[in-house]
Amino acid sequence: MNIEISDLQFTYPTGVQALFGVSLEINSGEQVAIVGQNGAGKTTLVKHLNGLLQPTSGYVRIGDWDTKQHSVAKLAHRVGYVFQNPDEQLFSKNVGTEVAFGPKNLGYASAQIAALVKDALELTELSDKTETNPYDLSPTWRKMVAIASIIAMDTPIVIFDEPTTGQDAVNIARMASVIAKLRTQGKTVITITHDIDFCAENFGRVIAMSRGQMILDGKSTMVLGQEEVLATTYVDPPQLTRLGKRLGFEKTVTNKAEFLAALQK
Amino acid sequence: MAIINLQNVTYKYPLTDSPVLHNINLQVNEGEFVAVIGPNGAGKSTLCYTIAGFVPHFFKGELTGTVEVAGSESSNSSLHEWVLNVGLAFQNPFNQISGAKYTVFEEIAFGLENTGVPREEMKPRVEAAMKLTDISDLADRSPYSLSGGQQQRVALTSILVMQPKVLVLDEPTSQMDPIGTREVFSVIRTMAEQGMTVVLVEHKVEWIAKFADRVIALYEGQILLEGKPQAVLTSDLLMDKGFGISRYTSTAREARNQGLWQNDRPLPVTLDEAVEGFRK
Repeated sequence: MNIEISDLQFTYPTGVQALFGVSLEINSGEQVAIVGQNGAGKTTLVKHLNGLLQPTSGYVRIGDWDTKQHSVAKLAHRVGYVFQNPDEQLFSKNVGTEVAFGPKNLGYASAQIAALVKDALELTELSDKTETNPYDLSPTWRKMVAIASIIAMDTPIVIFDEPTTGQDAVNIARMASVIAKLRTQGKTVITITHDIDFCAENFGRVIAMSRGQMILDGKSTMVLGQEEVLATTYVDPPQLTRLGKRLGFEKTVTNKAEFLAALQK
Repeated sequence: MAIINLQNVTYKYPLTDSPVLHNINLQVNEGEFVAVIGPNGAGKSTLCYTIAGFVPHFFKGELTGTVEVAGSESSNSSLHEWVLNVGLAFQNPFNQISGAKYTVFEEIAFGLENTGVPREEMKPRVEAAMKLTDISDLADRSPYSLSGGQQQRVALTSILVMQPKVLVLDEPTSQMDPIGTREVFSVIRTMAEQGMTVVLVEHKVEWIAKFADRVIALYEGQILLEGKPQAVLTSDLLMDKGFGISRYTSTAREARNQGLWQNDRPLPVTLDEAVEGFRK
């Protein structure tokens, strides 16, 4: 399912303009990271994908649906959105009910709901916590519950807003494996992140935003190598990209394998 | 001289079976900048709450051992006395914002109001603190209308304005962009240089290596390692136990296995150390 955003402008009711004409296309099955400084418009942009926000001008299409013509509830069949703060999203008395809530509301058959919930819990390593109240879990695991509850909706497009915030190395690795699994299922994954090393290791395409506009869009090796442009939106290139540059490597490297290969030359 | 002194501290939350902190012994000197690292669930936030007096005063539960800050013992003090010495910025700024104030300016003044600071002193202190963390332009905004990174700055500022002797920060930059992170770290370092004692929980190890005097590695409620940042942050033990380590360290370790990093050379944590080592 393709996403098409055309000349999207958005002004909040307070009069603050957050997006100044963003146009982009994301193809079915792409894995895209969005980076940029606090207040660049990243969250405002992705909130347009499931209709939480409506364009002030321009349009957003999810497949053949213009988001202006469809309710948030309807768009939830196509776009799953994991909030930055899980506490804004969780409300059920136990993890199992929480994760089943989404697919139930999308009207799936009960056997399918059971299967989707089971898969989502396994993927997020929550299978042993189905009876637990989400608020008895640590923030780390609450984040996983939020992720599971969206994955269980089986939407073709999944959005993560800052999935690695406050997570340790083990959880970041778990998050990477969730994204890898969604990739093999052919899902489109759009992730907002400040963790540029995580971005380099898990996403083929990177979009950089600054002050409500897109300033870079392309392959991650292309985008992440542009130190000067990224600096304008307060983003540092990945650690190994900076190291490669300081060591005078000809090509931009973004991860360990590329770095060690270049070092051996 | 130690301003924070924890002796044999063991703590269990109410209605739980096992302690979150086991027999912690920790001394922090006045003006020292100590970073605490550890996997999720290691007890880092609980350690912050303990130093800040929320454990046991707010969370209740069972605390054994002694917790002393600035010469008083937490079990003999009330929380409202304690907060005059120790300021805590929460991991989630949303949990810290009072909800009682309409503007960022008022939010930051909230602590001063509640500790009886005269009005004429309050205003310049709030203004100076906002300037320090570069949020003067947010003064009239509602705290709830801000982005996560901006809320974190407000939460930090509302603690700095109290001028506590001890500053306890639980992942204060988790929602910030890299430049915001850099700015906040330099503010924290300035505070430490001015004599404030800092205990900082943080996953961003490159910054810890640059700024902290000492690193405490916490694992399953116990102190696993402590020492100079470079030594602790490159320890093999950390990698085995799921601690976050810098890409420079993990890459140099792999390069060492391939003969591309000198065996006797310490592993790098920062960019400069990595550049120097790989040039050899």
